[in-house]
Amino acid sequence: MNLSTESDEALLERFQCAAFEYFLKYCNAANGLIADNSRAGAPSSIAVVGFALSCYPVAVERRWMARAAAVARTLATLRFFWSSEQSEAGDATGYKGFYYHFLDMHSGRRVWQSELSLIDSTLLLAGVLTASVYFDADTGEEAEIRELAEALYRRIDWQWALGGAATVRQGWKPDSGFFHYGWEGYSEATILYILGLASSTHPLDPASYCAWTATYQWENIYDCEFLYAGPLFIHQFSHAWIDFAGIQDEFMREKGSDYFQNSCRATYVQREFAQRNPHDFIGYAANCWGISANDGPGFKTMTLDHRERRFFGYTARGVPYGPDDGTIAPCAALASLPFAPQLVLPLLRALCEHYPRITQSARLPGGFNPTLPGDGPQGWVSEGYFGLDQGLIVLMIENHRSGLIWQLMRRCPHIVTGLRRSGFTGGWLA
Amino acid sequence: MAQIGSKARVGLSGAAGAALLANVRPPDWRNPEPTGTYDLAILGAGPAGLLAARGAATLGRKVALIERDLLGGNCLNVGCVPSKALIRTSRLYARMGDPQELGVSRPEGIRIDVAAGMQRIHRLQARLSRADSAERLREHGVDVYFGSARFAGATRLTVAGAMLRFKKALIATGARPMTPAISGLIEAGYWTNEDVFNLAAVPQRLLVIGGGPLGCELAQAFCRLGSHVIIAQDDPMFLAGEERDAAQILSDSLARDGLEIHLNTQVVAVRRQGEQKVVDLVSDDNKMSVVVDEILAGIGREPNVDNLDLEAAHVEYDVTTGIRVNDFLQTTNPRIYAAGDVCLVHKFTHMADATARIVLHNALLRGRRRLSALTVPWCTYTDPEIAHVGLYVRDAREQGIAVKTFTVLMHDVDRAVTDGDEEGFLKIHVKEGSDEILGATIVARHAGEMINELSLAITAGIGLAELGRVIHAYPTQADAIKMAADAYYRTRLKSAVR
Repeated sequence: MNLSTESDEALLERFQCAAFEYFLKYCNAANGLIADNSRAGAPSSIAVVGFALSCYPVAVERRWMARAAAVARTLATLRFFWSSEQSEAGDATGYKGFYYHFLDMHSGRRVWQSELSLIDSTLLLAGVLTASVYFDADTGEEAEIRELAEALYRRIDWQWALGGAATVRQGWKPDSGFFHYGWEGYSEATILYILGLASSTHPLDPASYCAWTATYQWENIYDCEFLYAGPLFIHQFSHAWIDFAGIQDEFMREKGSDYFQNSCRATYVQREFAQRNPHDFIGYAANCWGISANDGPGFKTMTLDHRERRFFGYTARGVPYGPDDGTIAPCAALASLPFAPQLVLPLLRALCEHYPRITQSARLPGGFNPTLPGDGPQGWVSEGYFGLDQGLIVLMIENHRSGLIWQLMRRCPHIVTGLRRSGFTGGWLA
Repeated sequence: MAQIGSKARVGLSGAAGAALLANVRPPDWRNPEPTGTYDLAILGAGPAGLLAARGAATLGRKVALIERDLLGGNCLNVGCVPSKALIRTSRLYARMGDPQELGVSRPEGIRIDVAAGMQRIHRLQARLSRADSAERLREHGVDVYFGSARFAGATRLTVAGAMLRFKKALIATGARPMTPAISGLIEAGYWTNEDVFNLAAVPQRLLVIGGGPLGCELAQAFCRLGSHVIIAQDDPMFLAGEERDAAQILSDSLARDGLEIHLNTQVVAVRRQGEQKVVDLVSDDNKMSVVVDEILAGIGREPNVDNLDLEAAHVEYDVTTGIRVNDFLQTTNPRIYAAGDVCLVHKFTHMADATARIVLHNALLRGRRRLSALTVPWCTYTDPEIAHVGLYVRDAREQGIAVKTFTVLMHDVDRAVTDGDEEGFLKIHVKEGSDEILGATIVARHAGEMINELSLAITAGIGLAELGRVIHAYPTQADAIKMAADAYYRTRLKSAVR
């Protein structure tokens, strides 16, 4: 692609559209389920379905998809989740209103002995609610979308998800019960608490949010002060739906900041880490960073250039404490666009210039690692694509370009209620 | 009066073993004939008891020191001293095995000689035990009794058939390894830290139960000495309660050493199969079995409160939490005090030392020193080491204190870079809007050495800004503390120019 003549807007359109096409290609239209990744036999990830539901309104607005087609996809998805089995059975689709992390693409039943995932159910729900706000026409189908969305939300038993503890558990399995650990430290769970607190049927107690935020750490790293979390995606997931600019909970009021600004700072810390490059990985630079939870070369140890290198598979990499194996998550870097376009746009152009193999299709892979030799400067490249990556790119580029998703979710009463019950005030909430 | 003697003495042979025993349990020792009333009777000759005995004698008080097994307690015989010696040896092997990053070729023919390492441990124990040998204590004016002490009333106790009367007493009987409640474990046989310092060779396959400090330290050491080590921890992270990032770095480090890590995993059953032990593990709904040659339990320690007839002295206790004490370390019998592992949550040698000092002042000098006034550092001696002092962020936030953390990565510290010790970090937690240091965590190869500066700062009320005015020798890894102080100073400058 000719970067010198392509405008920022055209470049973003190209990458956003390519990312969206993932959801058209790797979907079971009968039940709306989307594959976790593009590899053969991949199951559906409920979080990816949540992203897909949020991407359809973007596609309609961008004229990549007809509204009727988007309605059909959305309705198929919501009907499936409403009618699928909710029980303690080991192969059910969900329980207590939550859903198993991975489902069979065709039967929609639990696979891989996966956990009933509270955060992935939340991301699914975020998509459901996005659809319910966007599809506001006075038609039978769009009315059904709204009714099903409300029913799905009301069915979730958030109180049960505490498992008797002060904070929400990370998961549950039919044979062993709740995982005996919750969320510690800042994470992508912000939206989980917000939606849990807003429930009109089984709400979380606001004390659970306080108990969770008590584990936050406000750190000065590389002369940058922010609410620390290592992997970049943590600073993005909740932000894909909620515009945190200018609104503050108690923690951010205490720090005189907000979560949007925090993600800006986290982005700068990522770049600073890449520039310092303490482990001397190939490729890390001011315009090449992105350390996050993503695919990797696999768990192996090799001696490269007289130095022992350990590589990981799909894992949550983090800055600055690691783990870090030289794998760059280009999708996570691009998803920081709303927070720091002045950093991300040059990065995108640099990727196109230096690593054409991973950018030529405009759909970015789950990771690449120039330190591990491959058939070009990009080194190892993740096979295929991951739905979470593609969904996050679509939403974050859109939020940068038009703010569509943020505007929609400002109109979602559950989001507004949840924010208020979490102690958020100011800005657009005022 | 830790119950360590019988195990610790097994295998103590040769000149070093004999020298050690001559100091800590002389074979021909004869207890003194008790006369009059002791100003202070001390039960247990571990670090707390020894310090209190010497201190009381220095003050000219009549003091009795009673030990059931070996002078020196856990620390000298089966704890800190032998384990740190073993860790030093294992670190050297690890460094020799991967010297390229320091520009050195791997030496040819490295042969791990475990027996030589153990002999070194016994030599060091013998040497260090000289300072508080039974004979030297006697020369210092301490009446040393070997035998099991039992209270016979509020001011009396018996030992080896003798009745001792006291004005004040100190219970410093320490703690012992806890036995995990695992089906078949006792029948199959298992080790604790009391069993691992007399080995001729390390086991080929070793399961370590417990990912706390003791489990992690010994797991890493045995791995570096050639065992295939499997470590099972029921929590999702090592070092429960420690900083999440510190635990993550430790986990990475252990994995790099080659340990087979099973977090969030419970050991549910053990059975013997010939010379091997088959161990069943459960993680959520996943079940698996591993086959090992030996099992090391390192799940924590429980206080030695049994067989003391504490009820006769009106001393209340709990078998889990130990002797009940107030902030002045008095038991429910105000004449009787407790110190060290038998009454503390933080079971560290330096805490035994610190609490014994409190008891000396409060029991013998009418002092009013408080346990709650102590600033307590600690360190887990893995590689890298993990050291902490003061509050964690979550503690401070629960107390309603706003916290800001200044973080320095060891990969930004020049001396850490030149030493090849870049893994780790320093975090100093200050009260928001001030430079008051609330706590600190250090992950670094020599974190235990570095934490003391921050303990001093907290104890003396020295703020982070003041630490920044202290010239730190360059290059040192402790320069990280100066760098954190500099970061604090820059935030003040930014505020000033706004």
